[in-house]
Amino acid sequence: MSTKKFMYVNRKAPYGTVYALESLEVVLIGAAFEQDVSLCFVGDGVYQIAKNQKTDGIGMKNFSPTFKALGDYEVNKLYVEKESLEARGLTLDDLMDLTWEDEDDDYAEKPSIRLVSSAELAEVLDEQDVVLSF
Amino acid sequence: MSTLHTVNKSPFERDSLSSCIRLAKKGSAILLIEDGVFGAMTGTDHSAMVQDAMKNASFYVLGPDLAARGMSEDRVIDGIQVVDYSGFVDLTKQHDTCQSWL
Repeated sequence: MSTKKFMYVNRKAPYGTVYALESLEVVLIGAAFEQDVSLCFVGDGVYQIAKNQKTDGIGMKNFSPTFKALGDYEVNKLYVEKESLEARGLTLDDLMDLTWEDEDDDYAEKPSIRLVSSAELAEVLDEQDVVLSF
Repeated sequence: MSTLHTVNKSPFERDSLSSCIRLAKKGSAILLIEDGVFGAMTGTDHSAMVQDAMKNASFYVLGPDLAARGMSEDRVIDGIQVVDYSGFVDLTKQHDTCQSWL
């Protein structure tokens, strides 16, 4: 089976709707098929990877730690649109520290998040074979 | 007659908050809940609209919904009061009617 480039586009905030959780579950299922997987966070989607999510008060499962596991499934290209962050008064510091270990580089820990402009993200989206929207 | 308005949609995704602000009478209370809490944060494209609306309405935001989304209370717009669930109940008691901007 040939490898395809899969992009998961995340545009919804977590908890208010089920899209964010569903996307993450599909990413994890898809990771088993050893494809070239990328995620991008656009619009309210950037809130999905915000630091310090504490859901005890709303009685829902905090699924944000699951993003930290993506690196172990070789899902390590997480594109964040700079313009979306800025519109929300956020910076990279407000996002979780998401990393992966590069086995070709003595298991060096490398950042998974790639901050990109809209124009750069448009290029990345254009390269994909399959785009899944959430 | 006083009304408590609740807004549960992100201002970036829907126009619920701007419609609420436009149509709420002076002296109303506006409570931001669920994804609506993003409207309470400083430094966003919608902060100025909310700050302007605070001249006419008192604003509240639900603390547990902020915490779930990793939004710090320190970065809530000055003058917006953070309430918990019992504060939500108190607000419903203090007003004659409640309007939900779904």
